Formats: sequence, C-alpha cells, structure tokens
Amino acid sequence: MLLGRTAASLFWMARYMERAENMARLIEVSYRISLMPKPFRAHQDDWSSTLKSAHCEATFADKYETASQEHVIQHLVLDRENPSSIRTSMETARNNGRAVRTALSRDVWEALNATWNELSCLRMSQLSSDKLPAFLDWIKQRSMLFRGAMLGTALRHDSFHFSQLGAFIERADNTARILDVKYHILLPRGSGPGSSIDRQQWASLLRSVSAHRAYRWAYRDASYQPWNVAQFLILNQAMPRSLLFCYDWISNESLADIEKEYGETWPCHDTATETMNLLAGADMKQIFQNGLHEFLSDFIDRNNRLTAEIASAYNFP
Amino acid sequence: MGDNFNEMLEADGSVRPHYAILHKWLETQTPANLRAKIREAESIFRRLGITFAVYGTEEASERLIPFDIIPRIFAASEWRLLEAGIAQRVGALNAFIDDVYHRQEIVRAGKVPAELILQNEAYMPQMAGHSPARNVYSHIIGTDIVRVGANEFYVLEDNCRTPSGVSYMLEDREAMMFLFPDLFAKHRVAPIEHYPELLRQTLDSVAPPQCDGEPTCVVLSPGIYNSAFFEHAFLADEMGVQLVTGDDLFVQDGWLYMRTTRAPVRVDVVYRRIDDDFLDPLTFNPASTLGVPGIFDIYRAGRVTIVNAPGAGIADDKAVYSFMPEIVEFYTGEKPILNNVPTWRCSDADSLAYVLEHLEELVVKEVHGSGGYGMLVGPTASKKEVAAFRQILKKRPANYIAQPTLALSSCPTFVKSGVAPRHVDLRPFALTGDRMRITPGGFTRVAMKQGSLVVNSSQGGGTKDTWVLED
Repeated sequence: MLLGRTAASLFWMARYMERAENMARLIEVSYRISLMPKPFRAHQDDWSSTLKSAHCEATFADKYETASQEHVIQHLVLDRENPSSIRTSMETARNNGRAVRTALSRDVWEALNATWNELSCLRMSQLSSDKLPAFLDWIKQRSMLFRGAMLGTALRHDSFHFSQLGAFIERADNTARILDVKYHILLPRGSGPGSSIDRQQWASLLRSVSAHRAYRWAYRDASYQPWNVAQFLILNQAMPRSLLFCYDWISNESLADIEKEYGETWPCHDTATETMNLLAGADMKQIFQNGLHEFLSDFIDRNNRLTAEIASAYNFP
Repeated sequence: MGDNFNEMLEADGSVRPHYAILHKWLETQTPANLRAKIREAESIFRRLGITFAVYGTEEASERLIPFDIIPRIFAASEWRLLEAGIAQRVGALNAFIDDVYHRQEIVRAGKVPAELILQNEAYMPQMAGHSPARNVYSHIIGTDIVRVGANEFYVLEDNCRTPSGVSYMLEDREAMMFLFPDLFAKHRVAPIEHYPELLRQTLDSVAPPQCDGEPTCVVLSPGIYNSAFFEHAFLADEMGVQLVTGDDLFVQDGWLYMRTTRAPVRVDVVYRRIDDDFLDPLTFNPASTLGVPGIFDIYRAGRVTIVNAPGAGIADDKAVYSFMPEIVEFYTGEKPILNNVPTWRCSDADSLAYVLEHLEELVVKEVHGSGGYGMLVGPTASKKEVAAFRQILKKRPANYIAQPTLALSSCPTFVKSGVAPRHVDLRPFALTGDRMRITPGGFTRVAMKQGSLVVNSSQGGGTKDTWVLED
C-alpha cells in the first residue's frame, strides 16, 4: 500500500534532484563559453540566454536589473526565491525525501541528506570563478550518487516507479526546453560547414546535456550537422537524455510496471503511449518541415499534461 | 551544589557499586579519545538526520541534541522502586481521566474542587460520557522524574498528551553500543530496543470495538517542519505502519480512510502527534489544516481509536498536578511511591503573595506551558529577569504555579573541561493498553551547563543513554 502523498513526494524528490543536476550542467556550459575569446561567442550567448534556457527569466527580473555573471550564478545556484535554483531544488528534493523517509532505503536517504547538509551552508563567496567548476562537478556527483543509490537499493515496487516518472518527466522537459530556446541555431540553411560560431553553439548545446562526445560515437561526423544534433536529442533511442529515450522509460517501464502491479490503466497511460508513438514514428525531416519550435512546444504541453494526469490518477494531494 | 545527590559517588567519595566498572573505565579514557567519540557520534546522528528543530531561531533550523557519551546507570533495585512508582501513578492517571469524563467520583468525594476540572482549559466537555476502548485515555505517558536522594524521587510533570523523546532513548542506546561495545558488554543492561514492538502491541490492543480483523494503525504527524518529525517517522518505520499527515486521511460514510495510490484503505487506530486543538477543524480549532475533518464524531461513535485520547491533558495540567497525592491515593488506595513537588497555585491570593516574596528561590512555570519556554528559575535568574517576571506574574497570576527548586541529582558528564557532574532528569515511558508495559530506563536529559537545572532540549540540554542493570 502506498499513500498518494508518498507517491507524490517520491515523484517530486526525484524530479528536483534531476533538475538540480541539469541546472549544474547548464551553468557549466555558460561558464565555459564565458571563458572563450569574444570572436567565438555569439551575442545571444551571454548570461541572459542561460536564464532563458533555465526558464528562470521571470524570477530573475523580480530581483535583478542586469544579467551579470555574478547575479545569474547567484540566482541559479543560491537564490531561495527561485524555485529552480540548485539550492532550492536540493532542499525541495530533500524535504520530499524526509517526508517519506520510511519509503526510502537508508542509502538513498543518506545521499539526499548529506548533500543538503553541505549545500545548506554554501555562500556566494564559495562560487567565485576559480571554485565554480568544482562545485558544479560536486552537484553532478551528488545527483549521480542519489540515482545510483536508487537504482542499486530500491525495491522495484510502485514507489520506485513513481520516482522514475519524476526523474524522466523532468529530464524530457529539460531537453525539450534547451532545444526550444536554441532551435534557431539548428534550422537548416543550405549546405556548408557552418561558421565557427555555429559549431561552437552546436557543441555547447550538446554539452548542456552531456552529449558532445557521445554524439561523435553515434554519428561519426567529423563536424557537427545541425539536423543530426536535433535527431540525437529528440529521436535517438540510445541517447539517455533524448525525448524518445525518456518516453520509452516513462511509458514502457514505469507506467507499464505500475499497471502490472495495480491492474488498472488511467488517462496518463494513454497520453504516455501516444507521445511515445509520436516520437517513435517521427522523422527529423518531417519535424523540420512542420516546424521544430511547434513540435517542441507541443511536446512540452503533452509532458505537462502527463504530470497532471499522473497526479490525478494516483491521488497526489 | 555540594549537597546534591551524586549518582556515581557516595558522600565520602567512594564509588557506588553499580558505577564501579564505568568509574574504572573513565579513568582509562583520555579527553582526546572521548572527544573523538563524540564527534563520531555527532556525524552519525547528522548523517541519519536525527535532529531536533528549535523554534524561535531565524529559521526553524535543525539542530542535534548534544549527546553525552557517559551513560547514566540505575541498579536493579533502584529501578524496581521507580517502576512500581510509575505503574502506580500511570494507573491512577488513567483512572482519573476516566472518572473526570464520567461520574466525577473524586469531586463528589471532595478530594479535588469541582472548578479545578470544570473550569480547566484542559477539560474537554466533548469527551464527557465517552468510553474509549479498554477505558484507556493516556496510552503513552512520559513521566518527568528527578532524583534528590538515594530512594527519593520527585515527579515534575506527567506528560499525558503527546510525550516525545523516545526516539532519542532508542538512538542513544544504538550509539552507545556502536561506540563502546566493550564497556556495554561488561554490564548486564536491560534491553529497550523492543519499545516499538510494545507500542505496536499497545496500539493493536486498543482497536475500536467495531474493528474486525487485523487493525490498521497509523502515526499522524503535523509534517516535516514539526520539531519532533524525526521521531514520528522513526516510530512509524520501526512499527511498520504508515506515517500520515492530516491530508492523507478523510472521513467517509462514518469511517476513517487514508488516500492511497489505489482504493482508500480504512484506518482503525491513529497514534496522533498533533495537539487536541488541531485534531478536527469541525469540532475544535476551525482554522486547523493539520487534522481530519469529522474524525472526532466517528471517534465518539467508536469507529476509530485516537491515541492518546482527546482531553487526556486534564491529567497533566499543572494545577491538577498539585492534587496528585490525593488522586493516586483515591484510585489506588495506596500512598504514592513517587513524591510530588510542593506547589503554590498563583491563582490563590495567599500563595501568590508568598511566591512574589520568594521569587528568587522558586521555579515559576506556566500552567499550560511546556518545553521550558516562559518559565523562571529564580536561583539562577538575574535581578532584571526576576523583576520582569514579577510584572508578568502579577498580570496573570492564574496562569502560573511555583515550586521550590529541588537539589537535582548529578551524573558524570563529559564537558569541555573534562568529566564533571551535571544535573539530570529522567523521562521513562509507560504504555497502557491491554496491560501496562514500561521500558526499563527512559530518556535522560542533562543540563550541560555547570549548575544549570534546565534540561530541556529546546534550552540547550543534552541527552544520555540510561542503563538499567539486571541482577
């Protein structure tokens, strides 16, 4: 027996942990770009575009006037007013875990709790340029430790599947949003290798989902091809942050296993299957023809609808 | 401080027999070694999240309760006396609550004044005439006891509502066995780790008469921001029952259910860790979002058991406390084994005059307060604090009682300057259901500051493991 609230807390715990890790990766890429000499930086590549990718423009504007590096990092890492800052995400993840700690293995709980104990003392002075990369690495490691503890010690029951739903819905949302903010750089514009700025943008996009090296292995291109980059992040079944991969997990693993355990299906099952089939049957050419931006907006809407349907089917409070 | 009872040493400096092994062991320990053990214990507690939220700080921060690594030891004979005293008192408290909400024989007999009960804020008229399963009201009682002499124990407070601290009792034991296995093995310490089992048996045994089959029990917590949330989660986990908050529960067609990811599941016994006032917005505080609308009606209908019963607080009210010797004698026919501290009720004009004149010697407490907030410890307070408290007391005298300061016993405690005696109290836990179950020992709190008599964790007090030796 699983309380609706427990299922919800497991969902949001894993979702916010995933969000913290994605945020760390996004900041890492922006930081990398900020170190490049000017000619290699497109004007859109300043810190304000990072806010856009992180979907944090509104909360930022409430507090700051200029998108300086210091302000953006402060906002995306530490600000309590920002519900998606690394600090708030980790706190939300940990509070959700704390509320249901009887449903967590001790290893999972300790991974969450120890991370928060250290992070709660973090000050802006510890995020200066020289210390930022090590900090972001640490966040990624803590998230991976959490994920590993989950995969290695959690019983494969409904409670595990609800946490996976949270993680993969967040991951799909993150990949789709990053693509949507940058979709213009992927649009086809005739042949040619692309400028050095283009190449830099494509590489950054891949880096922000930890995929720049995997891309080489998957496509064996000497240089990046924008349509391949899009294909890789949307439709590649082997790429663990692609939309298709996420939906394969959501639909064919998590929701399917919950259905098996409970013997019931709900609208969320239909929505997930539909989105899964849409992705499995799509080809990139078609998507570009119908509009990449439209495709991604539609996907983000579907993904949000799925969250609402899961919450209602399983009595989240 | 020299005339306080020292639990390890006799007046002539020789070691009491049940402390002999510990005393010898302490002589072999260096401060550096003990300090390292404390750090080890704290990092374990912090990692596991065994924390206590302290109110009144900037944000409800989570703090560790200081853990003292030197155990407090009771000889078997000492514990037998205490246990008999606790059993007697706990039995009388439940009989008293039952009587208060039924025929009030004790008032008729003239042993306590009627207004003490009827005009008491803790008296709950909605409970009048209700008989819960097995006529038990306060299933879990944590009696605060201090010691002033070899066989002289005083009860400071009977916590009959939602006493906390039992998780520290259990975790302190775990920590001691982990940190000092050799020392532990040299003693025959009565086990306590089955407390959650006993609690579960107690809860099962008071399932409502209308429950057929295996009862479903839950722990009802206000949620993660409550100071004792760790304990709520700990007990639910150890008992193997669900930890719920108010919005997980709902009343439908006269039964209590919890919301699950599938069909609702019926609930029979609620071990609640929220106050009466928040239990049911339809019956009590309408603004409460912590409770369950309608739960009180089905409780009265005998379809769910609430542990501890609403209205049980009438028995641990500080004004009622002063009548405890009469109460124990009335229901047990015996003289009380544990002493009551002489108490001045400030509502009484003569008593108030005496208290105002002797503020520097007395401890003054709020009648309904708990946790060591809003109290004055005369002998250690500054002149300014005493003057300020005098004004408060004059304004609302009925809100306060006063007691003499007792010469609390002390135990060896590891502090900055090394091993030194510090004052302690004891909160043993008594469970009442189909029968009474008392865990040997309890939760020892220790005032970490020299000379201090305030042991509350919210005021910087620490904890110790409590060992009851077997013969």
